Amino acid sequence: MHRTKVRVAADVLDANDTIARANRADFDEACVRVVNLMSAPGAGKTSLLERVLADGLLRAPGDGDHSTRTPGDADERPGAMADERPGAIRVGVLEGDVQGSLDAERIAALHVPVTQLNTARGFGGECHLDANMVRSALPALALGEMDLLVIENVGNLVCPAEFRVGEDARAMIASVTEGEDKPLKYPLMFRACELVVVNKLDLLAHVDFSVEDFLANLDRVNPGVAHMLVSARTGEGVGAFAEWLAGVARREPLPA
Amino acid sequence: MHELALARAIIDTALAHAGEGRVRRVDVTVGALRQVVPNSLAFNFELLARGTPCEGARLAQRVTPARLRCECGHEWELDEPSFRCPRCGSGSARVMGGDELRVESIEVEEDLCTARR
Repeated sequence: MHRTKVRVAADVLDANDTIARANRADFDEACVRVVNLMSAPGAGKTSLLERVLADGLLRAPGDGDHSTRTPGDADERPGAMADERPGAIRVGVLEGDVQGSLDAERIAALHVPVTQLNTARGFGGECHLDANMVRSALPALALGEMDLLVIENVGNLVCPAEFRVGEDARAMIASVTEGEDKPLKYPLMFRACELVVVNKLDLLAHVDFSVEDFLANLDRVNPGVAHMLVSARTGEGVGAFAEWLAGVARREPLPA
Repeated sequence: MHELALARAIIDTALAHAGEGRVRRVDVTVGALRQVVPNSLAFNFELLARGTPCEGARLAQRVTPARLRCECGHEWELDEPSFRCPRCGSGSARVMGGDELRVESIEVEEDLCTARR
């Protein structure tokens, strides 16, 4: 027997990041911007998306005069003005869940193209989406018919923070029922996003949650990160979230 | 709780470099900012290594402290998740260390006769 030391010096997540870059290249090619939406279970990812879509703040493919648009069309029509309203964004959803299609059914009811991705193999499954799982779902996504793909990650405040999936931006949803200490307990997640949405504002009167303390904790962990306060239930602040999504969708393709 | 997924990624990385041999030891650097529980990582590694060439391998973990450097020149070690500069209050301090998650090297055992073939 002969023992050798082999130098590796490789990031543990290199394999995932390589696939994430391949996903990103495919999204760029199709002119689709991608948001990775993360939160703890029950913080309201699906409810917030439902609210955005039900209120017509973003619109589904085939809804209105953009139905036959293909990437590049806007530039080819002389004098055509890009529609700057958030409603002009064609959106699709990729639902990540350990099991079942309950969330996908809720989104599909709003006539938005939705693809379900289950992480379970038998009983029990992955607690997050990784780049390879998203890659396996690509053939099922009608990328040519959307400007923005929202990937709703598996509800979890730890693992999704480690795995890029090829997204342009990451948003996470916290909620007032979770307590204001969460940024300090899950700094990895609260640092792994470009936007923090605080949901369930309508419950503020019923819970011991100080918005001020939460924002102070958030600022310690991720100084200066964008945040917004919303209620998916009443619709308060949801327009601002839709506008943020539309902003991601409108962004020029980033250099590889 | 992400130790399971990270252990799998460590094993995949090790196997990609192991050739035909059996892996006896894997040296990893884990930054404090990755919020990894060393015992949990070792447990998951042992569990997932079973039935692979990494079975029985020792996972040697080196934990690096979280270090930040502010544009004001202040440099400090983080012992709580507070990323604002304690000296000037700026929020744009850079992480200088503690976010690593790297397989540094592996030790591989090979049967020489097999290796020559």
